[in-house]
Amino acid sequence: MTSAIQVQGLHKSFGRTVALDGLDLDVQTGEIHGFLGPNGAGKSTTLRILLGLMRADGGSATLLGGDPWHEVESLHRRLAYVPGDVALWPNLTGGEVIDLLGNLRGGLHDQRRADMIERFALDPTKKGRSYSKGNRQKVALVAALAADVELLLLDEPTSGLDPLMEAVFKDAVREFRAAGGTVLLSSHILSEVESVCDRVSIIRDGRNVESGTLTQLRHLSHTTLEATLDRPADQADIAALPGVTGAVVSGTHVTCAVESGHLGAVLEHLGTFGIHSLTSAPPTLEELFMEQYRVPAATP
Amino acid sequence: MTSTSAPTAPSSPRVGSARGSGLTGTTRLLRLAARRDRVLIPVSAVTLMAVVAGSAQATFDLYPDPSLASPALRETLDNPALVAIYGPVASLTVDALATFKTVLLGGVFLCLLAYVVVRRHTRTEEEEGRLELLGSGVVGRRAPLAAAVLLATAAVIGTSVLTILGAVAVGLDSAGSVALGVSWAVMGLTWVGVTAVSAQMTETARGTAGFALGALAAAYLLRALGDAAGSDSPARVLTWISPLGWAEKVEPYGANRVWVLVVGVVAYAVLVLVAFALLERRDLGAGVLPSRPGPARGSLRTVGGLTRRLARGTVIGWTIGFVVLGAVVGSLGGSVQSFVDSPEIAEMLRKLGGGAGTIIDTFFATELRFAAIAAAALGIALTTRMRTEETSERAEAVLATPVTRLRWGVSHIVVAVAATALVLAVAGVVAGLLDGRRTGDVAGSVGRLTGGALAALPAVWVCIAVAVLLVGLVPRLTGLVWAVLIGFLVLGEFGPIMNLPSWMTAVSPFDHLSHLPGGTLDTAAVLGLVVVAVALTAVGLAGLRRRDIA
Repeated sequence: MTSAIQVQGLHKSFGRTVALDGLDLDVQTGEIHGFLGPNGAGKSTTLRILLGLMRADGGSATLLGGDPWHEVESLHRRLAYVPGDVALWPNLTGGEVIDLLGNLRGGLHDQRRADMIERFALDPTKKGRSYSKGNRQKVALVAALAADVELLLLDEPTSGLDPLMEAVFKDAVREFRAAGGTVLLSSHILSEVESVCDRVSIIRDGRNVESGTLTQLRHLSHTTLEATLDRPADQADIAALPGVTGAVVSGTHVTCAVESGHLGAVLEHLGTFGIHSLTSAPPTLEELFMEQYRVPAATP
Repeated sequence: MTSTSAPTAPSSPRVGSARGSGLTGTTRLLRLAARRDRVLIPVSAVTLMAVVAGSAQATFDLYPDPSLASPALRETLDNPALVAIYGPVASLTVDALATFKTVLLGGVFLCLLAYVVVRRHTRTEEEEGRLELLGSGVVGRRAPLAAAVLLATAAVIGTSVLTILGAVAVGLDSAGSVALGVSWAVMGLTWVGVTAVSAQMTETARGTAGFALGALAAAYLLRALGDAAGSDSPARVLTWISPLGWAEKVEPYGANRVWVLVVGVVAYAVLVLVAFALLERRDLGAGVLPSRPGPARGSLRTVGGLTRRLARGTVIGWTIGFVVLGAVVGSLGGSVQSFVDSPEIAEMLRKLGGGAGTIIDTFFATELRFAAIAAAALGIALTTRMRTEETSERAEAVLATPVTRLRWGVSHIVVAVAATALVLAVAGVVAGLLDGRRTGDVAGSVGRLTGGALAALPAVWVCIAVAVLLVGLVPRLTGLVWAVLIGFLVLGEFGPIMNLPSWMTAVSPFDHLSHLPGGTLDTAAVLGLVVVAVALTAVGLAGLRRRDIA
């Protein structure tokens, strides 16, 4: 596997504000990589550096094997970008913008263009000023998805789309990957990342805090257990077990969170009280995400 | 105003105003609108009054002996181009001469004020969704339009009354001054109505502008054709079709037909009623006319094509402006001799233009230099569009394609350079064609005046280069280029009048232009300006390539 994007120790400051503080990011060729973080974490800054719109103060960034700052022309031929807040020219129609961006990139797939316009239910004859936020996003998405490129950089591309269009988007992105493409998907919508992404990087304050496949990340976190026992258990006993947090016992009803490595021991302990029913929920991405942001960042 | 009889039962199922007058909240909206326009309206009113009073005072100073006024007016009457621009002369009195240039044009500006006020509180609000916010509160469906019409009406009447007072104060005939106010009220009130109707037609504020301003342009042209036609020509009826023509028929300081006000008020009432009727027939946010779709496929292939397309509207507008400018300048050549009988004016023109040649050449050189400064403003506007594209984040989409910043920046510079050359050439050719009637040598006049206009281009390039420099090096301070242009204007054009030292006036690139027509082209100065322009542009572009794109 080769890396489509490789970022190491990226630094960027705006005046006294530090936007990126040693960010690492590794996107493998052929994967959909989720790029998660709260507002102001540095996601858009990272994308802008990858696009050569901004120059990093330190660290290195390699995009499709090239230098994003110096090799703008050759690299941009091979990628398409959808900004988070799509701004269109007020007096150009959506169709004109799609064709313009396609032509600047060296041509569009006509069939795919028509197909995407139909699937996203976009009216390409409306002028830029009369599109809603969601429709502006569709224009940029159609332009990107109909382009003949190997990498998509998407900055919160679905924030204005309705659930139906979000489903269309997910399908289109999966098809793009199936055809060999690579996607870097910055997002707030965790369910979306969870359902389409192969690997995820979570960043915060300009540094990445977690990176890996969802399975790997889940291992780092807690599984929620909810059990009804035959005989009442003691809360203090369960809370004292290694790897257990947030244990609540009321009579025969137990809920607690257990670190992945200690699940067996906890189940064994509960078994001594006779398990009447048991549900266990693996952590959702949302829980992973919340967990990363609940505590303040560790000081380096 | 329109709904004095409130229906007691819902008459129509779809309109929210079915119950009640639909005017609930008008007072509150009116107060809000008046507050938002508390600078715009008073400043416009005082400015329009001051232009009338000031230019009348200047005429009185120029003609201490009123009997000298009528020969000057006769000269003007013989010039159909001037009558087409300013309207006919009401009488051969000094008062009519003193207000000749301000009656019609001032009224047109009052129409623009009425249009701005009505549009901004109706369709603009609606398009931006703010009306929806208000409409969901306790505001009647008709209230926003009613408030906008009331405010604009007050602005028109207020301006007219203020101008009557100002005109009387500088010593203009009082009956004529009242007629002047009536003439303005007829124009202004009609455009309150025209804009109220226009705002109902399309979904966009731009569409409203198209209808209201298009109607104003049509009305102006119709009366221009009618006024300039021969006294026995059937084309004279065209003046009667135009609301601006009705206002002319008041003939302030001449016939003083104040009864024409009735015509204006009737037109106003009919148009406002039509606007309210149309309002009932449409949904909030929609227009009476369906929105027109554009092409589904685009033909723009390059970044240069995009930049040209974005500049198109601006350039067309400025070209029309420069046609008018060229027409005024070219047609005035013959009148200049009589204008500058006073040696003080001749001396002032010499100082402004500084050049040799006849007084008419000096006049042309002076006017063409002002035209060049106006063209520089166009060049700056087109160049700084780079920054607007950047801050609106539209540049991001373009620069994420294989287009380099250099190509993107150069495309804007090319458009600015070409557009400024175009408008100056157009002004020169039009002025030359009209001046050719005076000299009898059309080709010669066109050549001399077009050459004179284009000779100013190197100074325009320096202004464009300053804009590039700022966009490239200190993008946040891009707006400073306008201050620089004003500085050039003050130093170069008024420096000699203010007796500033020559090293100060030399800062302005316009100071290094040759005085054409009439003088000789100073190639060294042209070369110097070109070198400065190229150097500043190169530094600016180098900065653009190195910096972050916002």
